[in-house]
Amino acid sequence: MIAATLQRIGAVVVFLGRVLAQCAPALRRPRSVVHQIYNAGARSLIIIMLCGLFVGMVLGLQGFDLLQRFGSEDALGVAAALGLLKELGPVVTALLFAGRAGTALTSEIGLMRATDQLTAMEMMAVDPLRHVVAPRFLGGVIAMPLLVAVFNVIGLFGAQLIGVQLMGVDTGAFWSQMQSAVELDDVHEGIVKSVCFGIACSLVAVYEGYTAKPTAEGVGLATTRTVVVSSVLTLLLDYILTAAFLGR
Amino acid sequence: MPDTVVKVSDLQYRVAGRTIFDGLNLEARRGRVTAIMGPSGIGKTTLLRLITGQVKPDRGQVQVFGLDVAALRKPDLYALRRRTGVLFQNGALLTDLSVFENVAFPVREHARLPQPVLRQLVLTKLHAVGLRGAAQLMPAELSGGMARRVALARAIVMDPELLIYDEPFVGLDPISMSVIVRLIRELNDALGITSIVVSHDVDELASIAHHSYLLSGGKVVAEGSPAELRDSALEVVRQFMSGESDGPVPFHYPAPDYRAQLLGDHEGGRLGDRG
Repeated sequence: MIAATLQRIGAVVVFLGRVLAQCAPALRRPRSVVHQIYNAGARSLIIIMLCGLFVGMVLGLQGFDLLQRFGSEDALGVAAALGLLKELGPVVTALLFAGRAGTALTSEIGLMRATDQLTAMEMMAVDPLRHVVAPRFLGGVIAMPLLVAVFNVIGLFGAQLIGVQLMGVDTGAFWSQMQSAVELDDVHEGIVKSVCFGIACSLVAVYEGYTAKPTAEGVGLATTRTVVVSSVLTLLLDYILTAAFLGR
Repeated sequence: MPDTVVKVSDLQYRVAGRTIFDGLNLEARRGRVTAIMGPSGIGKTTLLRLITGQVKPDRGQVQVFGLDVAALRKPDLYALRRRTGVLFQNGALLTDLSVFENVAFPVREHARLPQPVLRQLVLTKLHAVGLRGAAQLMPAELSGGMARRVALARAIVMDPELLIYDEPFVGLDPISMSVIVRLIRELNDALGITSIVVSHDVDELASIAHHSYLLSGGKVVAEGSPAELRDSALEVVRQFMSGESDGPVPFHYPAPDYRAQLLGDHEGGRLGDRG
């Protein structure tokens, strides 16, 4: 069990190395990468915006309820901003990304394997890692921070909608306290997390698709594994990164 | 220039403890259509995977253009594959690209041709397979036979010296099949390509092959022109060529005793127990 897990981790690391080696050649064909950013990013926008709104609204409600017990509901803007920027934005976006874009990537690549498209490329002396995997990996890595930014903005709007419009928190206090309390380091933490989650989720998605058994059951299992592994990895990485940032 | 393009010598290949090939020897000569025949599951497609370097043999050698395929490093293997075209059983067209882009794909990857030249080249190849008018269609809009012909156009677009066909007649209607049969021979003769056709369709292969090999039990059991194979005295050859259901190649997959299994005396008697 442990040996198999280590073997699998080793295989993923080797795969990452091979993909990274193909990223520079893939970037020389920006159209393909832009197309994948569109697939992973733009096509996930609706779900990201909807969830961002709801998460922000819940944050507004819960934050208000907690802060008013201490008579400091004016700090709702700070609480919402820090919660979204440092934690909820990157984590929830990564989980949604794994479920929407990650599964799409895995099933697409897995089906390409099952229908001999990847083998056909190899027979045409075209490396599928460069033509299929690297653009999709890059697309996911680039799309994730952009999606997190959108999630955060919509989330803040949702928190403001509940806190200010519904609960009566002062608009000026909401925004000015946020402006003065949120540091650039907090934004930095969110960006680092979103990039790390983007790498992890995209890597898992393309790896599972590329190594899927070329059968209907194999592709299905690989797609499920993408969601499970990406989600667990996201939360694990979140803890490690949070601990690292707090320990600085 | 040597006459032998593909030479398989004393090939042994095992998968999951099962011997697929054991001492296989065959060769494909320049400018000729070589047919590799055999019953389903005999390892014909595996042989193509060995010839194209997708898998490595346990023993023996596969030489293509005089190069030991298993010993080649990736750049050399890719250089070899640029001289080779492969037609897959299902066409293996890239589903996100149109017919035109599918055929243009290898050219875009390997050659920097001006757009008008590329367009002309692709349309010429599509015309050769009769599908110039389908250039803008997507693979999902094609019938099985059309997809096979587009894949053929893609396989010849780089003007390969060796063209390998994996079960090119499977699942085709009689018209599509006769079109593919005609194209294989015409392309071979017109372009001077060396062709290897792996199939179990005896009649179709007989009409186009210069030389045929019949595989059974992991090795070549007979070879020669289609006429020579038809006249063979070997029982396994006669069974295959005349399509008899039982013989040296048994109708039944190896199984425990019929009576014992039906009465549940054998472990196979548990078959169907869901609990």
